[in-house]
Amino acid sequence: MKKDLLGIADLSQEEIYLVLDTAEAMREIAQRPIKKVPTLRGKTVVNLFFEPSTRTRTSFEIAEKRLSADTLNIAVATSSVLKGETLADTAMNIEAMAPDMIVLRHASSGAPHFLSRICRSRVINAGDGMHEHPTQALLDAFTIREHKKRIGGLKVAIVGDLLHSRVLRSNALLLTKLGAEVWACGPRTLVPPGLDRLGVHVSTSVDRAVEGADVVMMLRIQQERMQGAFVPSLREYFQVFGMTVERVARAKPDVIIMHPGPMNRGVEIASDVADGPYSVILEQVANGVAVRMAVLYLLAGGAGMD
Amino acid sequence: MRLLKGGRLVDPVNGRDGAFDVLIEGDRIARVGHDISAEGATIVDIPAGLILCPGLIDMHVHLREPGQEHKETVATGTAAAVAGGFTAVACMPNTSPVNDNAGVTEYILKKARDASLARVYPIGAVSRGQLGEQLADIAELRHAGCVAISDDGRPVATALLMRRALEYAGMFNMPVIEHCEEQTLKGDGVAHEGLHAATLGLRGIPGEAESIMALRDIALAELTAGVVHIAHMSARQTLDAVRYGKARGARVTCEVTPHHFAMTDEMLGMPIPYDTNMKMNPPLRDAADRDTMLRGLADGSIDVIATDHAPHHYDEKQVEFDRAPFGITGLETAVSLCFDRLVHREIVSVGRLVELLSTNPARILGIPGGALAEGACADISILAPDLPVVVSAARMRSKSKNMPFDGWQLRGGVAATIVGGRTVYVNDQVNLRI
Repeated sequence: MKKDLLGIADLSQEEIYLVLDTAEAMREIAQRPIKKVPTLRGKTVVNLFFEPSTRTRTSFEIAEKRLSADTLNIAVATSSVLKGETLADTAMNIEAMAPDMIVLRHASSGAPHFLSRICRSRVINAGDGMHEHPTQALLDAFTIREHKKRIGGLKVAIVGDLLHSRVLRSNALLLTKLGAEVWACGPRTLVPPGLDRLGVHVSTSVDRAVEGADVVMMLRIQQERMQGAFVPSLREYFQVFGMTVERVARAKPDVIIMHPGPMNRGVEIASDVADGPYSVILEQVANGVAVRMAVLYLLAGGAGMD
Repeated sequence: MRLLKGGRLVDPVNGRDGAFDVLIEGDRIARVGHDISAEGATIVDIPAGLILCPGLIDMHVHLREPGQEHKETVATGTAAAVAGGFTAVACMPNTSPVNDNAGVTEYILKKARDASLARVYPIGAVSRGQLGEQLADIAELRHAGCVAISDDGRPVATALLMRRALEYAGMFNMPVIEHCEEQTLKGDGVAHEGLHAATLGLRGIPGEAESIMALRDIALAELTAGVVHIAHMSARQTLDAVRYGKARGARVTCEVTPHHFAMTDEMLGMPIPYDTNMKMNPPLRDAADRDTMLRGLADGSIDVIATDHAPHHYDEKQVEFDRAPFGITGLETAVSLCFDRLVHREIVSVGRLVELLSTNPARILGIPGGALAEGACADISILAPDLPVVVSAARMRSKSKNMPFDGWQLRGGVAATIVGGRTVYVNDQVNLRI
């Protein structure tokens, strides 16, 4: 693998499969009585989070700890950054303490690319603005493959706020690289112009997107989108785009329902769908740890596992 | 007295393109003609292959003084100008304080006299403090030396204020230079809305954010018979708007920057992803827009090439893409980009290039220059159309190095710059003793 994991855009099909296959091995560690291997002993990993995150940060931290890395969490409130230090200075100060890897979550698209240019440490993108969230897409692919035994040829519908979603971009890139048919669906106001040229089908009809789908992936719709006049109200959003049991019925009988979290029940997804038999939402969370262990391990050089 | 002999003289206004001698006496051009002999004149041999033309004029630069001297000063900015072949620049009023009164204008002109390099023509603000509320004291600005008005950095805030500005400035023969941008449509966008913004997760700015405002301003120019100049045009829809206005007889002219005819938004992703030196306003547009600009340059519907030279300090650009300020420097790369991308690719002739860089800016701003007439100021640019140039940001004279062209290999450059009969720049890469 390359020095950093900045996005799915930089990964080949082979590298994606390598991560997924490695994650299979990592998952087994979670079933052991002592959930820890010495693989990253003596390595220092800094989780540098400029945006609030519970799931991703916890998932990375558990993954790091299970690999015996020394981990350090730095949560920077954006307000204090505005007052003082630049990202470059923060990064260079951390860099001076010689960490091996920096896991970065940042509200600006491209922040990890910027960090990677100025740091020797390996950089893992844990979500940058509206750009990419590569480990999310990898864990989603892992979850899909587990259920469907393949990714190529599947119809995957991704429904929600396409404009602001880094989960959409990473998943669209990954799933099309592996040969899936990706349908991106959301209100016209939340479809970035140019999306249709990324190899995905763009539709504003949930029914068409979900029709015959093997996988339905819901994206979070944020409250503040009302202010930008993207959608009139959450109530109307649910009526037009919300995933209900009736809409799920248009998909294949063995459809799986996914959500990267955090969910807005009753806004983008009905509770009986989120908690229904086809929901794999909590499996995604569990798989996230294994996939992140795989990424950390492979970036560290992939040694000491055999 | 100096007698320039040899080289190719290009002066579209006087219909000259060929071997002419130029006799400079003091700060004036005494004669232009064939085989001039002048007793006592120092003869300067211009090597074959070089071009003599009326001094280039960049009608859109930011010199940052007063108030932002960490980015640029009048002295460093005019040093960059003459190194870029420009004998004159017109500087935008978005300084700190804003150039909305005679005090600031006089300060800039004093700094220009002290530097004594390129001529500096200040552009005054349309509105007091560029706040878009009251008109600035435009007659006072005119009297102090301003040649145009603009709220550049932002558009003139309302249609009513733009109407008044066109009417009022018209009394003093000052064009209103407009930064066209419908601000709600631009929103917090940082890149051209399209494939590359979508791929990189950057907020988009559609071309219509520019063209909508251009259409407003063209309609108001018609209403008032005022003169509007559309600055740094980037979108194909805007050029359509300008063509529409010109066809209707509106007094509208427009400019394009070298970066908008030389680059596209594809460069946001490569070679350096999220390079903040690719961030400017208006943003780099797509290939269709770029091609439209090239056609507009070729067919004459674009009047001017101006750089929008916008220096920013290294620290200000060394941040996340969406937090970086808009703008790049351009004074020292414009001529090379024009030769490489326009003349050598046969988009425009050298004569047309001189119109775009000298004749038309002089005419639009109503300032001297734009032709090599006998008795006129001896402002002469000597260009080296075939000079191989490797752009080096570190070697630029501008105080700021925020340019995306570092390392670019271009064909064509500047040999020397003469302002008021005085040689203010000679390129040591060119064999020219002047």
